[in-house]
Amino acid sequence: MNEELGCKKQFLIPNFKFLIYKMSNIQITPPPAGLEGQGFFATKVEEAIGLARANSIWPLPFATSCCGIEFMATMASDYDLARFGSERISFSPRQADLLMVMGTIAKKMGPVLRQVYLQMAEPRWVIAVGACASSGGIFDTYSVLQGVDKVIPVDVYVPGCPPRPEQIIDGVMKIQELVKTESLRRRTSPEYKALMASYGIE
Amino acid sequence: MADINNGYLLQQLQGRFEADIISADEPYGMLTIEFNKNKIVELLSYLYDHNQLQMQFLTDVCGIHYPDNAGKELGVIYHLHSLQNNLRLRIKCFMPNDAPEIDTVSSVFASANWQERETFDFYGIHFTGHPDLRRILNVDEMDYFPLRKEYPLEDQTRTDKDDTYFGR
Repeated sequence: MNEELGCKKQFLIPNFKFLIYKMSNIQITPPPAGLEGQGFFATKVEEAIGLARANSIWPLPFATSCCGIEFMATMASDYDLARFGSERISFSPRQADLLMVMGTIAKKMGPVLRQVYLQMAEPRWVIAVGACASSGGIFDTYSVLQGVDKVIPVDVYVPGCPPRPEQIIDGVMKIQELVKTESLRRRTSPEYKALMASYGIE
Repeated sequence: MADINNGYLLQQLQGRFEADIISADEPYGMLTIEFNKNKIVELLSYLYDHNQLQMQFLTDVCGIHYPDNAGKELGVIYHLHSLQNNLRLRIKCFMPNDAPEIDTVSSVFASANWQERETFDFYGIHFTGHPDLRRILNVDEMDYFPLRKEYPLEDQTRTDKDDTYFGR
């Protein structure tokens, strides 16, 4: 038994070193601006929290059509949205940070989408993926909501019909940037309250 | 026994409903009749119970709007299929814009229930005697019938389109 292990060990050691060498090439999120010295690093709470939030966004996919199919590709191994800390897809609005609206929203579905948004806890972000979610797209018709921003506030719009996974990832990275730089006081500010009030949300 | 085809079907109908058939035609080989809208239930149950014809499958019920057809603006179209004979029949019933009413056929075909609701939803045709006539596809708050020609198809809240390019 021991011999067996020893044998394996010999085998592993050079590979292990190789792994360490490779890992040092992996990029990790740079630290926020702060004061650094021997054994300590000081920064603002706001920036530390922003960093943590931005790299652990839990998305809630609200996928209704072809943009949802592109999102599936975005989540899968080729494009791998998990690289950006969005490994955990939340199918409950209660635990989600980011509402991803992907696809045509019929007027009948407007109240449903709004309710999902209301069930999410603050802070929450919304990304409208594709032409339909952004503006109604080709569906300029009586039954389709002309953009989800008619019922809920939207942070980032991703154009395309449907957008490629790279574009969706770009949208998520734009959200990450917003999350990283958001002031901790933003959600209690009068501007934010006015924005919510304009959508009839308290 | 005679061949069960369009000619036989029309002959049977004329024997029973001579006065109620307004016109009969055969576009693309499918027998199409325009019929007195007050006798639609009678016609459908006759075809359903007919020994030879056995038209027991209601393929479709839909509405239509011809705003320039004075006195016959709104129509309901029924598609019947006899699975026994592989024979189809199209029945058109027209009614004026100010009295869009026709008897429900949901007593003959239970499947007509939702199809009539859909026709009501989009054209505002009232099916008298229908067990549950309310909107089925559109939002409940909608206060008009969107497939009638007097209403624009486009959404009027659209803001990103330049009207000069889209003919509004």
